[in-house]
Amino acid sequence: MTEPLIFEYSSASRQGFVADSDARPNLLAEVLRTDELMLPSASELEVVRHYTRLSQQNFSIDTQFYPLGSCTMKYNPRVCNRLAMLPQFLGRHPLGPVEHGQGYLQTMFELQEMLQVATGMAAVSLTPMAGAQGEFAGVAMIRAYHESRGDEARNQIIVPDAAHGTNPATATMCGCEVVEIPTREDGDLDIDRLRAVAGSNTAGIMLTNPSTLGLFERQIEEIAAIIHAAGGLLYYDGANLNAILGKTLPGDMGFDVIHMNLHKTFSTPHGGGGPGSGAVGVTERLKPFLPVPFVQKVDGRYTWATEEQYPQSIGRLSAFMGNAGVLLRAYVYMRMLGRTGMERVSDFAVLNANYLMVCLREAGFEVAFPERRASHEFIVSLKQIARETGVTAMDFAKALLDYGFHAPTTYFPLLVPECLLIEPTESESRRSLDGFVAAMAKIRDAAYSDPDTVKQAPLTMPVRRLDDVHAAKQPDLVWQSAESGQRKG
Amino acid sequence: MPFVPHTESDISTMLSRVGVAALGELFDEIPAGLRIKGLEGIGPALSEAEITQLMQMRARHDGEPLCFIGAGAYDHYVPAAVWDIATRGEFYSAYTPYQAEASQGTLQVIYEFQTMLASLTGLEVSNASLYDGATAFAEACLMAVRANRKNRSRNILVPRTLSPAYREVARVMLKGQRIELVELPMRDGISDLKTLDNLSAGDFAAVAIQNPNFLGSLDHVDVLTDWAHSGGALVIGVANPMALALLKPPGQWGAAGADIACGEGQPMGIPMSSGGPYFGFLVCRQAVIRQMPGRIVGRTVDLEGKPGFTLTLQAREQHIRRSRATSNICTNQGLVATAATIYMSLLGAPGLRSVATSCNANTSALVEALIALPGVTRSFAAPFFHEAVLAFDRPVAGVLDALSSNGILGGYDLSADYPELGNALLVCATEMRSAADISAYADTAREILGAAA
Repeated sequence: MTEPLIFEYSSASRQGFVADSDARPNLLAEVLRTDELMLPSASELEVVRHYTRLSQQNFSIDTQFYPLGSCTMKYNPRVCNRLAMLPQFLGRHPLGPVEHGQGYLQTMFELQEMLQVATGMAAVSLTPMAGAQGEFAGVAMIRAYHESRGDEARNQIIVPDAAHGTNPATATMCGCEVVEIPTREDGDLDIDRLRAVAGSNTAGIMLTNPSTLGLFERQIEEIAAIIHAAGGLLYYDGANLNAILGKTLPGDMGFDVIHMNLHKTFSTPHGGGGPGSGAVGVTERLKPFLPVPFVQKVDGRYTWATEEQYPQSIGRLSAFMGNAGVLLRAYVYMRMLGRTGMERVSDFAVLNANYLMVCLREAGFEVAFPERRASHEFIVSLKQIARETGVTAMDFAKALLDYGFHAPTTYFPLLVPECLLIEPTESESRRSLDGFVAAMAKIRDAAYSDPDTVKQAPLTMPVRRLDDVHAAKQPDLVWQSAESGQRKG
Repeated sequence: MPFVPHTESDISTMLSRVGVAALGELFDEIPAGLRIKGLEGIGPALSEAEITQLMQMRARHDGEPLCFIGAGAYDHYVPAAVWDIATRGEFYSAYTPYQAEASQGTLQVIYEFQTMLASLTGLEVSNASLYDGATAFAEACLMAVRANRKNRSRNILVPRTLSPAYREVARVMLKGQRIELVELPMRDGISDLKTLDNLSAGDFAAVAIQNPNFLGSLDHVDVLTDWAHSGGALVIGVANPMALALLKPPGQWGAAGADIACGEGQPMGIPMSSGGPYFGFLVCRQAVIRQMPGRIVGRTVDLEGKPGFTLTLQAREQHIRRSRATSNICTNQGLVATAATIYMSLLGAPGLRSVATSCNANTSALVEALIALPGVTRSFAAPFFHEAVLAFDRPVAGVLDALSSNGILGGYDLSADYPELGNALLVCATEMRSAADISAYADTAREILGAAA
């Protein structure tokens, strides 16, 4: 059933949430607006029903298995939300004095320390508000480091072709040139090409390990040696940290700077596309360049580190101090796991991925790297099925929705044709993995027996497949009431 | 085991299916020299009851002081329904709506959000939100440089009265692309129009205007907008959405209106929560939509002709265009934007106007009460919305410390950001501050000022 737009409700009964006063603004008429605001006029019950109904049109972790590769859609414990929303935390003004924030600051200080331990880094700043901003901070620190040494010719960032799109986009945003390195047949980086391009213009390399192919880069020590010998630095994209938590440390691998997606590994909610948190960690030599503010402990008192104290800092990345409430949720999660729980995260994330990979392979699916151990995720290629039946990875993705499973990541990484990138996470039971394998097998059987029906999927969602071409060619981005008769935005 | 559902029998079945004897073998591709023995230094697990007690203790320790600070984050009342609905699991634990058919809820919310922001700012199209107000301003500057093909300038004229934090974040984010912020001086708390005579608008890709500005004052938005346009510069309007319930929106500034509007969305139902998560908004004219960064939702039809929503114009974004994308941004502030949409729906236009009017009236009352004290005057005569600058006859820091120990956060000390203003304090009283709260502030301040004099 289609839920109307909130603007299509029109109860006049709505009251504002402060007592209507006779107060008039103490402002001249010439500065006031005279047009009608396009805001809803619905009753509270209508608003509550409308948004509750809309929520019911979503898939979510709380309602479905969500094996979205590289996104780490694990359970988001409810208690993390409850404790981040304690009234004193919600009511704290970001510019309030530290005397009224010792509880909050201590929590952030301890979070910084736990993240240092989990990654093998010397210092952490929590301010970046998402993974891409963490990447920005990392590359900006690498540039600042070279500049501080008068080494300003270094403007190239090396990125593997399997990398997430934010890596090259970040390098460009920081004014760097992107040098792409291919991946070998076995899934590891083409190290001969790396040797050929690393040199006096190399600012650094951005790597995800395990890579977006779901494989641990086995030559990592050699890569680090090549980049460091060339005078560059290594950036670790923490998108796949869930696979190695407690097993190995980016710091030991030779990385100089890292971002962590707290909304992946440390279970803060994805919220329908944010807010995230992309805390950054660095080794000793990049410490002076960390983005401010971060928390320091001086004589038993917690305070914010400022740019005056760290004049080489790349500076601020947010108006205040990042996504503070997200950080509280990550802290609660980490304290509840403790050391043993954190080590088990990777145990069971990797067990689930390998189990699911073996089950799908035994069910007849083609796994992209059958000779390799899966990390916390793996790739299935539907190339042969697509060639034989015309049913594509996208069709599988849509058909899975009808079975009550969110689709895996499709068509990423770009290297493997007709691919599904599948990440089950540690919080799924064997039963839900078995259910997913059964659904995949049924869709595959249907692809051979009745491909047209599969290509029609989904049939049980609030809408059928949407016309993306129409959406892009005639953008309708803002609702216009019938009366307004204006051109659509 | 917290949040891992496997039984012993599951584990042994799964290990044997995979063909390994123990969990440790799953990590055999990690070089032996890189394996660690575990996370030494992380403490033991706390139970849910234990972590609850710990966090409650820390929260209580921070207390709930009476807040008269604004400076970019505001203490507004948030109706109960806002976060009750926004934190439903179906919103809270969903991902980015890439699978549109399974994400119509999130997508329709964002389409409604975009509509509300376009209306508030008086412009045509909005994106799905950015990280916060400061990064939205930086993205607006980047967008203006890309969009202004007339003069190819890489300079943005930015008033000194624009939020110092926004200017700093923009400097950091623009540095790598060699885009410079040029400062427009201030006079009497607003932009100094006389200095425009020595400048040429054609030397700038864009002129930024914040209204009300960081100091709370209303600026010469019409004059500045027309001046910018006369030389071919674009106009970036930085606005507080609460103020837009009353004030002429950026889209109506000057003869042609601003080209881009951005700002901090926090006043729309988002708690202050130590600075985040908030959301930035970015709205623009149709003509520059292809330079917009971030996610955008469009309404389209499904194969049966039924209306539905989807992410659109994705050819701008990093996952398609990689190093040539409009920005590296991937995440928006989905959940926070959801809460804001519910907030704006609950209040509607009359509710927002009523809150904004109360803020204006309360700050006026606060200013009156404080300038009645000896040694306190208003710094500027310019009209203000809900923040104003007061000059003291002594350093503000000491006064604020004394207020703070009485449970009152008296405002934001401007001496570091604006030393030229002397002992200056930026104060704010939202609709949450009662007449009794304002009297308490004035009475306490009177004692502090009297005692120290």
